[in-house]
Amino acid sequence: MSAPREHGILMRAAQALLAPVLAVAIAMVVGDLLILTYGESPGTVYALLLEGTWGNAYGFGQVLYKTMTLICTGLAFAYAARAGLFNVGAEGQLAAGGFAAALIGLALPVATPAVAAVLLCTAGAMGAGAVTGAVPGVLRARFGASEVIVTIMLNFIVLALLNYAVASHLAVPETLHTEVMQAGFVSRLGAFLPAFAGSAANLTIVIAVIAAVVAWWAMFRTRSGFELRAVGLQPDAAEYGGVNVPRTWLRAMIWSGAFAGLGGINFVLGYKHYYEEGFAAGSGFLGIAVALVGRNHPLGIIAAALLFATLSQGGLAVNALVPKQLVDILQAVVILAVATTVPEVQRLLQRAASAAVRRGSTEQTT
Amino acid sequence: MSGAASSSAPLSAAAEANAPLAVRMRQVCKHFGAVQANRDVNLEVAAGEIHALVGENGAGKSTLMHILSGLHTPSSGTIEVFGRDATGWDTNAAIAAGVGMVHQHFMLVPTLTVAENLVLGREPVRGIQLDQMRAESDVRSLAERTGLRVDPSRTIAELSVGEAQRVEILKVLYRGARVLVLDEPTAVLSPPEVDELWTVLRGLRAQGDTIIIITHKLDEVVAISDTITVMRDGRSVARLATASTSPQEIAKAMVGRDVALALDARVGSASPATSATAGSANAALSIRGLSVLGDRGNLVIDALSFDVQPGEIFGIAGVEGNGQSELLDVIAGLRRAKSGTVHLGNADVTAFDVRSRADAGLSHIPEDRHRRGLVLDYSIADNLLLGQQHHFSNAMGLDYGRIAEHAATQVRTFDIRPPNPSLAARTLSGGNQQKIVIAREMGRPFTVLLAAQPTRGVDVGAIEFIHAQLRAARADGKGVLLVSADLSEVLALADRIAVMYEGRLACLLPASACTAELLGPYMTGAA
Repeated sequence: MSAPREHGILMRAAQALLAPVLAVAIAMVVGDLLILTYGESPGTVYALLLEGTWGNAYGFGQVLYKTMTLICTGLAFAYAARAGLFNVGAEGQLAAGGFAAALIGLALPVATPAVAAVLLCTAGAMGAGAVTGAVPGVLRARFGASEVIVTIMLNFIVLALLNYAVASHLAVPETLHTEVMQAGFVSRLGAFLPAFAGSAANLTIVIAVIAAVVAWWAMFRTRSGFELRAVGLQPDAAEYGGVNVPRTWLRAMIWSGAFAGLGGINFVLGYKHYYEEGFAAGSGFLGIAVALVGRNHPLGIIAAALLFATLSQGGLAVNALVPKQLVDILQAVVILAVATTVPEVQRLLQRAASAAVRRGSTEQTT
Repeated sequence: MSGAASSSAPLSAAAEANAPLAVRMRQVCKHFGAVQANRDVNLEVAAGEIHALVGENGAGKSTLMHILSGLHTPSSGTIEVFGRDATGWDTNAAIAAGVGMVHQHFMLVPTLTVAENLVLGREPVRGIQLDQMRAESDVRSLAERTGLRVDPSRTIAELSVGEAQRVEILKVLYRGARVLVLDEPTAVLSPPEVDELWTVLRGLRAQGDTIIIITHKLDEVVAISDTITVMRDGRSVARLATASTSPQEIAKAMVGRDVALALDARVGSASPATSATAGSANAALSIRGLSVLGDRGNLVIDALSFDVQPGEIFGIAGVEGNGQSELLDVIAGLRRAKSGTVHLGNADVTAFDVRSRADAGLSHIPEDRHRRGLVLDYSIADNLLLGQQHHFSNAMGLDYGRIAEHAATQVRTFDIRPPNPSLAARTLSGGNQQKIVIAREMGRPFTVLLAAQPTRGVDVGAIEFIHAQLRAARADGKGVLLVSADLSEVLALADRIAVMYEGRLACLLPASACTAELLGPYMTGAA
């Protein structure tokens, strides 16, 4: 898997792409049928969807903006998944990251050098995500608690706590957001590329792409990545190979949370410069889909994040002709198609399902 | 190759002699992509006989039987079952025609009872409810008729491996199988369980059932079969009558050359360091007062002490489940001891983790290479790295240049096939998978080797290779702890032999004094 072979790379890329491309094709067909039921022409709707996303700078800017968050939450899911864990908690980890970034931005003096402020806020976002991810990590490593259940439940707790903190103590009256930060702004793309003017796209997308490259390197080129993937594939063999399995789970959850938390700086540092309740609602869960379609590979995740961002921005563009929920259905079809065709996704889902069964019965296989 | 020509003559002769053929497969080919698993295979099995299908790992035995039982469609060739054309049928048609396969890996639902597993898919019902009573009585009467005794009301999770296998056989018989295919049925069984299985199979034969047994253990072939088909490299190379052949002849057909069988080799291997004296300050591995709790909290190893000397193979025989697995886990650092110590040379490693023990000179061939020994989806190169990854890191992460070099060397030295380090371990045959483990564990500096079931599920050629490696390690002054359920293997290799029974050493003898007859009673607790 990790030993590169030049002549095999194209072949492997083609194989890896087959299922996602097929999934999108199936989704398009389903979309055609749905559009027809609204009495619209699929061609017109899809043309409008493309025009509203990749066809103009504003639309493309919005796509890039949404892509940033989805890369981060996709990486979050993938990093845990490579260790055999099913992190459903990116939603809460993302919110915690954004909240921490905003708090730090509010606390810093106005005169803080821009680079230092951005670094501090980014570190805060990743740290807060990491702490949120560490909770299910510790519970799994120490007590064997199912990370699926814990992360789902922790989403509610984290979001409720953040909402309480904002609503009761930090909100600007009559709003659901905090004051505007003093420092830690990241430039929007519109500031130096006039074409993007007005769109929310900002330079944090560069940070997300760097994060994806770092994640790739960590997964496939380092010793801890080698051990992480071994734990995900065969925990018993990893243990035999001298890997501390519970510690690896914990480390995977910490990094997973940190990636999700990083997504929070997109809105907070790059767009509004404050924390707002529900600023990225749904992006955490959509990250699962992004990771599955991207086959838990950072490069695949960048592509899948672009796809899902295009679809969700495209939904707004076609809203005049068909309800934007049409696009939600397209996304769902893509996810279902991938879940039923990609082998490693099936394995991951099976393992999540059998984890519960295994607890009851003793190991009786061979 | 030479055998291919000679196979055709006895084939047709046999066909005329035994008119009623249960199975006739002709010129069967099967390829998976570029891999040719079966080429022009001929197989004829007479009704009411036990036929052994033998060959090395990767010879195409399982593929051929998957074709017979409808799991695969042949690329070309014809299949007849009881004279009826069955080419390209599916599993349902195979079951309907009475062909049933017992797979190497059990396909049972652990939380359901024996009876529920058996009737799964064709449940007797009363109204819309499962008729539990009838299911159990059906199963009980079947079990009595066939001699496959097992309590229908117990859940699979409570059964031993041997019992679970009986359930698998019952399941196939319950579906009306008259041709029973068993894929390496003894791989998971202890010697007494194997004997029981033979009794059952002979009973089924007496009732007129036809049995095809896939195996690569020659003693089994001789013990149970009436006729033999030998496969090599995807071809059927010989058809033999068991009564008129010898293990040497079968082995030669399997490998394509003469092989030194384990039992023969023992005579010549006068070991240099045969010392039956226990307890010395220079022991390579020494265990003192070791007590270990099992998964259910019971005492599985009870105050065990022994030493393995440098230049010695210390063999532990015994029926599986008498604490051997736990002992290996504790020595390897995969399980904590309740009390007692483990020393490697002079170093007390009792509190060491797995990695520190490896660095202290411990190598470990684990008993279950599919679960422990290999990450099946990792490449050969990555598997050669497992447990050594901390020695292949640099500032930029893993040093893939050095890893590739290392892999190329090991693949060559240990003759791992196919010799392409980027292939996933899953795609290799059992023998070659085990060679990866051996290459990794014996291709680096070590002083003590734990060899657990080192030849389980590997073919004759690889067994020969692995035994040679173990002897070479002994000659090189390493301390080898050999744990094997295969008594003949322990007898052939070890300098001293201990029998483990219920967590203790029931006896400890120099190998020269041991015979299977002598050790047998200790294994069952009778001595």
